[in-house]
Amino acid sequence: MKSSVITFPGSNCDRDMDVALKKFGFKNKMVWHADAELPKSDLVVLPGGFSYGDYLRCGSMASKSKIMQSVINFANSGGMVMGICNGFQILVETGLVPGVLLRNKYLEFICKNVFVKINDKKNKYFKNVDNEVFEFHIAHNEGNYFCTNDQLKEIEDNNQIAINYCDENGKIEDQFNPNGSLKNIAGIFNKEKNVLGMMPHPERMIDTSLSGEDGSLFFKNLINNLK
Amino acid sequence: MIVNEQVAVDHGLKKDEYAKICELLKRTPNITELGIFSAMWNEHCSYKSSRLHLKKLPTKGKKVIQGPGENAGVIDIEDNDAIVFKIESHNHPSFIEPYQGAATGVGGIMRDVFTMGARPIANLNSIHFGSPQHKKTKNLLRGVVHGIGGYGNCMGVPTIAGQTSFDSSYNGNILVNAMTLGLVKKDKIFYSKAAGLNKPVIYVGSKTGRDGIHGASMASASFDEKIEEKKPTVQVGDPFTEKLLLEACLELMAGDSIIAIQDMGAAGLTSSSIEMSSKGNLGIEINLNKVPCREAKMTPYEIMLSESQERMLIVLENGKEDHAKKIFDKWNLDFAVIGKTTKSKKIELYFDEEKVADIPVDTLVENSPMYDRKWKKAKLPKKNKIKKEDIKHLKIIDVLKKILANPNVCSKEWIWQQYDHTVMGDTIQKPGGDAGVVRVHGTDKAVAASVDSSAVYCWAHPLTGGKQVVCESFRNLISVGAKPIAITNCLNFGSPENEENMGEFVECVQGIGEASEYLKFPIVSGNVSFYNQTKDKGIKPTPAIGGVGLIKNYKNMITMDFKEVDNLVLVIGKTEGHIDQSLFARNILDEKNGPPPEVNLFNEKNNGETMLKLIDNNLIKSAHDVSLGGIITAVAKMCIKGKKGININKPKYLINEIEYFFAEDQGRYIIEINKKDFKKVADILNRNAVHFDELGAITENELYISDKTKVTIDELSTSNKNWLNNYMNK
Repeated sequence: MKSSVITFPGSNCDRDMDVALKKFGFKNKMVWHADAELPKSDLVVLPGGFSYGDYLRCGSMASKSKIMQSVINFANSGGMVMGICNGFQILVETGLVPGVLLRNKYLEFICKNVFVKINDKKNKYFKNVDNEVFEFHIAHNEGNYFCTNDQLKEIEDNNQIAINYCDENGKIEDQFNPNGSLKNIAGIFNKEKNVLGMMPHPERMIDTSLSGEDGSLFFKNLINNLK
Repeated sequence: MIVNEQVAVDHGLKKDEYAKICELLKRTPNITELGIFSAMWNEHCSYKSSRLHLKKLPTKGKKVIQGPGENAGVIDIEDNDAIVFKIESHNHPSFIEPYQGAATGVGGIMRDVFTMGARPIANLNSIHFGSPQHKKTKNLLRGVVHGIGGYGNCMGVPTIAGQTSFDSSYNGNILVNAMTLGLVKKDKIFYSKAAGLNKPVIYVGSKTGRDGIHGASMASASFDEKIEEKKPTVQVGDPFTEKLLLEACLELMAGDSIIAIQDMGAAGLTSSSIEMSSKGNLGIEINLNKVPCREAKMTPYEIMLSESQERMLIVLENGKEDHAKKIFDKWNLDFAVIGKTTKSKKIELYFDEEKVADIPVDTLVENSPMYDRKWKKAKLPKKNKIKKEDIKHLKIIDVLKKILANPNVCSKEWIWQQYDHTVMGDTIQKPGGDAGVVRVHGTDKAVAASVDSSAVYCWAHPLTGGKQVVCESFRNLISVGAKPIAITNCLNFGSPENEENMGEFVECVQGIGEASEYLKFPIVSGNVSFYNQTKDKGIKPTPAIGGVGLIKNYKNMITMDFKEVDNLVLVIGKTEGHIDQSLFARNILDEKNGPPPEVNLFNEKNNGETMLKLIDNNLIKSAHDVSLGGIITAVAKMCIKGKKGININKPKYLINEIEYFFAEDQGRYIIEINKKDFKKVADILNRNAVHFDELGAITENELYISDKTKVTIDELSTSNKNWLNNYMNK
């Protein structure tokens, strides 16, 4: 399986994603934001970080960079595109997934482990996953998902919510919402479910010596689904 | 502008210093030259009050590749890998403007590290605030934490450990010390020594603006009521540009184009150009019209003294300009050839085709003032005798809960949750333990780092306090299973012109030197921050020690959380019952006098080395050093972290329970071992003449003392976690 990780100026989880993808069998290429063409890929990842310093709205500058037109075309033709953290912020700025990401409710950066419940398994990201709940890691300042009522209705009607913040047993309640996200949303799909944006970093959970191993389950399952 | 004695004094120079400048130049300096002298001769850059004493510190060792004098120290961690590290203060700016002050402190120290070719792999910090009741404390704390996070998080470098304390002596002068560790191949280290004639001098990074002019001079003066007016001397950080600068520099460093490289930190273009030429015994010629400027009509004076961030000065090999420019263009950074090296041994500046400065380099560096300041030796205070009636009514559990909720002991999760501590995917011990630990990417090795200070001990007796901080750093590294290698120090003191403050400095440095010599824990880098003083009142002496150690196989790392019910808990090291200057004495008995705990370097070394033997034999399941709050506080923290309880029986000592549980004697650890290993452990300890106590066994979820009193771990955990959250969210 071939993957590509896009490096924007200010990306800082690009290497971590490269390490994770390779660990689970992807042949990964790093792609520079100013390139026009995407290499042939089964999966394209927009990594975390602070693209262009996030000095404008998070992800907005990156969403206009040269490579993104190819990424958008790739996504629109059904290609698998995953945006993690800043990558998710870039995805909402392109409009590939609906909604926006606001500043965290308590106005502070949060770095910690959280639990997320998988809402939908009829897609290539979570199909065949045994778990209902993953322990993932978050590290962000703007992960507070928001959208209009009309958008929310559409998202729910199409079952586009990918994961919600919850407790270790999968209970989705306000007290387990780290950043104020609408409906505890931690990640959403586009309508066709080939594009996934999520705040948590599975690439930081690929080793028992690190924060945990649920990221390994996610990547192992993902590569199998793509085969 | 006409330069005279008064103008020099306004620049922070003393009258006799101005006279010396005129004598060295054999003429009156012009305003640009005076600005350059004031920047190079201030305390921050010249170390004029401290140099004499710093010389005595042990800086050499088998593992030391580079000691003090470069951008950062470098140590060998085998297999051609080396760690570059340093700690630096950003105290004055952080008090004036906490967000930017702290942010640029973090940015500056990372630059020091990647200037040497190392990719930063971990950040740490030591931050000290005034009393929680002081009206400024909360906002300063919030601003500093946001600033540290804002910069480090954006750079994608994990913040893995730190220290936060509160003491009213910091009411008017907070401390913000930032430390960075970087990883480099031993044969790819870059230095700041220029070499060769007519080599191009390159400016890269951000443009130069008017921010931070005279920052270093501001950091060399005491505060008064007009401090708010100094806001424009604080630099403004741009971590995004620094991230680009990091990647661009490392890309250029992969080749062989660079002769020397130096970041523009304190005193900006002035100190970087002078440092490079001084080390290379060369001259440097710069055309200031070529310096990329952010604002129009900047004068030579402003260009030379600006402390705009995210800039580097590079001496390149001839003919490599195009290659280098391509890399900086790719990263959208400014690149300009601004001058060349010369044989003149002078710094010669041109602007609008006029020579605007012409100064022999040695007058700025070798001939800079050095003072043997007067200092007063501190007496060892008399011991206090605790009166029985003072402690009779105290219940251990109640005192423990109070101590766990003390601002200097409580959980700092509110702080470190705002720092990205997991980016780069190698953080195997997060903040909240004895030391932070990161793996050396792609290897089995890991590097542990901790930062410590004990201002109260240093204040009570500087010599003992200085020794103690080094020992505490040593213990923290050992507690996670790392072999201590070397330290960096950040020496935060009041005014060197005050005999008592100077005495504190001299004796703390002596203590640090003695301990580091004895423990073979040399000092490879550091920084001095004087004038942490408002009007005539200085802070408590606060040397911060950043220690670095190596774990050969990261799987053998130790953490402090209790692991398994029925395992035994031992105290390593002898408890004498020293209560003076302990958290218990100061906060529960309200007794602020007396000597700090004695430091016995033989025991410290022997206990530490024996601990490492136990760890090498896989006999330790969890460990924690005993520090503030004594044995019971250390044990309670291990319970909280591991969500386990313990049944404690006080060993039969002559001292009473209070003394046993709350004393802060040095050289002690708490360890957890498997019951079946007891004999092996006891043998090793006995063979090495290390005293130990059997404290008790791990239980499900309550802390019992002598089968009499108990408390649930949840309750202790709540006491420990709530204070800071409540304080910040009130």
